[in-house]
Amino acid sequence: MAEAAIELIGINKSFGAVQANRDINLAIPAGTIHGIVGENGAGKSTLMSILYGFYQADSGEIRIGGKPAAIKTPSDAIAAGIGMVHQHFMLVQNFTVIENVILGAEGQPLLKTSIAKARSELERLERDYGLEVNPDAVVEELPVGLQQRVEILKALFRGADILILDEPTGVLTPAEADHLFRILRQLKEEGKTIVLITHKLREIMAVTDNVSVMRQGALVATRKTSETTVEELAELMVGRRVLLRVEKGTAAPGEVLLSVRNLTVKDSRGVTMVDNVSFDVRAGEIVGIAGVAGNGQSELLETISGIRVAVSGTVTLAGQPIDLTSEADPGELRERGLAHVPEDRHHMGLVLAFEENENAILGYHDQSHYLRGPFLDIEAIRDDAREKIGKYDIRPSDCRLKTANFSGGNQQKIVLSREMERDPKVLIVGQPTRGVDVGAIEFIHRRLIDMRDQGKAVLLVSVELDEIRSLADRILVMFAGRIVGERGPDATERECGLLMAGIDNREAAE
Amino acid sequence: MDFFNTLVLLLDSMVRLSVPLLFAALAGLYSERSGIFDIGLEGKMLAGAFASGAAAAVSGSAWLGLCAAVAISVFLSLVHGFASITHRGNQIVSGVAINFIAAGSTIILGQAWFSQGGRTPLLGADSRFGAVRLPFAEAVRDVPILGPIYSELLSGHSILVYIAFLMVPFTWWVLFRTRFGLRLRAVGENPAAVDTAGISVEWLRYRAVICTGILTGLAGTYLALAQNAGFVKDMSAGRGFIALAALIFAKWKPVPVMFACLLFGFLDATSIRFQGTPLPLIGPVPVQFMQALPYILTVILLAGFIGKAIPPRAGGQPYVKER
Repeated sequence: MAEAAIELIGINKSFGAVQANRDINLAIPAGTIHGIVGENGAGKSTLMSILYGFYQADSGEIRIGGKPAAIKTPSDAIAAGIGMVHQHFMLVQNFTVIENVILGAEGQPLLKTSIAKARSELERLERDYGLEVNPDAVVEELPVGLQQRVEILKALFRGADILILDEPTGVLTPAEADHLFRILRQLKEEGKTIVLITHKLREIMAVTDNVSVMRQGALVATRKTSETTVEELAELMVGRRVLLRVEKGTAAPGEVLLSVRNLTVKDSRGVTMVDNVSFDVRAGEIVGIAGVAGNGQSELLETISGIRVAVSGTVTLAGQPIDLTSEADPGELRERGLAHVPEDRHHMGLVLAFEENENAILGYHDQSHYLRGPFLDIEAIRDDAREKIGKYDIRPSDCRLKTANFSGGNQQKIVLSREMERDPKVLIVGQPTRGVDVGAIEFIHRRLIDMRDQGKAVLLVSVELDEIRSLADRILVMFAGRIVGERGPDATERECGLLMAGIDNREAAE
Repeated sequence: MDFFNTLVLLLDSMVRLSVPLLFAALAGLYSERSGIFDIGLEGKMLAGAFASGAAAAVSGSAWLGLCAAVAISVFLSLVHGFASITHRGNQIVSGVAINFIAAGSTIILGQAWFSQGGRTPLLGADSRFGAVRLPFAEAVRDVPILGPIYSELLSGHSILVYIAFLMVPFTWWVLFRTRFGLRLRAVGENPAAVDTAGISVEWLRYRAVICTGILTGLAGTYLALAQNAGFVKDMSAGRGFIALAALIFAKWKPVPVMFACLLFGFLDATSIRFQGTPLPLIGPVPVQFMQALPYILTVILLAGFIGKAIPPRAGGQPYVKER
């Protein structure tokens, strides 16, 4: 094996109480394409940010080409021959390609000569690697695939021998992605070392020589790509977690309360995030949507709750159609019996600077029992909040406390109590136990089962497969914006894991 | 011919009145192009005017006055930078604070030092920036058309006027033809791109606000040592804000900034010129209306006639490394 281009020895990094990287040891041989896979939040991007000098590791050593390298800033990394293509491009949108390429590597104080030099260098790179792009085009007018090419050119222009690509295909069409892979292979031929960060296993299998798997901040395995399988990687990525089984009776599904037909959603860049999705949720059942984060679940949730606008498709709530293809009114959806526990309680579920009792009525504050004429009835609001604090065992039991001072689990209970106590027909819940302690998880799971038993239709989205498997009566698996399979509650972890990795329905059943 | 002479005088007056606007607007251009909004142009100009008036009165030298103005104005710029770059504070609040500090302290210090009700002593011709006669200005005066244009409009201004107009191509050259300019424009659009390219965002923005300070110092000096003979309280009279309007009107580009400032200068000159003169067809117009005209026009122009002015994309936001 060739000598190591990059060696990471004992890298640790914490943000507050969260350990983003835990004792990472990794050697990447020169002249190879090395994949790093893991779910969102597994610590891949943090590790690469350390390598690029954005962050400094709390402890550990980085060696580049066998020599210890002190990388404290991006300019140290550039000097060490490291180039990075960021997930969100680091380009100045209204600059031309050539201006972006030379920024920070101009050479001398006057632009005229640096631009002339850069122009001939770009021509050379274009010849050698097939990286064609008009140097005088304004970046914001280029399609994303070409913008990414500018990022690669930027790195090569600075003489990078090591190229790190962070989720490079997230914004690309399949054809653009294939083209990118061809370029990467060619760069490898020229002796460059490439690190590819992704959560898409197919890409790993298609283009890498070696692959490392990260999970919860730790590097759990490194394999030769030719000696591993998608199944093994999926299993390593998701991991075997302790199963929290919740006792529950069998479901007694009734009428269809939420019906989604042919729903398609695009994000602001025009990339299809939810692709022709159809499903029903009946009264008295929990439908779980499983999938690796970033496969369209968030967008699906946001669309059904009226936050995001759909491109096409119909949604029926308790027999009445709702139009989500134009700006919907989440307040109106609430009145019609839809309650929503958003995925991100800090940004969408709560106002952390508010008192607990204020958050407990958020979105329902215009209901008559909280009002006295045009004013809020503070006493009624606080009594109501105290009642919920008792019922949901929210601690500390002080409705005047600032919401930011509650723990994650208790904050989540505040959101759940607000949404569940409204007696909705349909409850949609995103990541109900993310960042929540074990005790609260049990409580929250219990409450969700109770909702089901009361005859509510519950739609549960979670990246925790165990949670889906222990709560849901039906499991839908999303991959790349589509629902790729449906399973019963007795589906095995392996079966679901394969579906989550995008492996076809029938193959998985074998 | 009478009309022609009036026009030349009007344009001459326009040039003089637009100079402080031009200095201040170009000052704002450096700062805002780097992503630091600067509503404190007014305050820095006023502090500069006071410093130059005071220093020239004490030393008797206009150039020492200029140095003092630049020094104090750069100092205030650095205060704004310290608040908004290093401490990532709110740029508007910091700018407003500088305006208040300048408005208050110039009067207090002026009264304490010179006891003339907040003004600085009246300066003699030696300690001011006097008119520069261009060669042959007198000789060609009587040549029809071109003569008055050369001798009245182009000649006979203070050195600061010529500096102001030379700053326009210079700023354009810095912005679009130098490495510093490229980085300055980049940091106002996407500081993260600058950071990942291995350039210090903070140092770059500090250099930008220093440029701002130098130019607002020149603006203040012009007010106190060229347009007037000493500092008078509140003599900047909102010009810092008009300059800001001109900057937006010109979409943060140097040459359009010059034309915007000339336009505002022209409106100002007209309002002074035609005060009390009955206008043809309309008749007498109240003085107050004429005085308000530049401001009314500013509002109208900014509201509708310039299309969408897209400010530097990272303007007003402190840079915090994400992730």
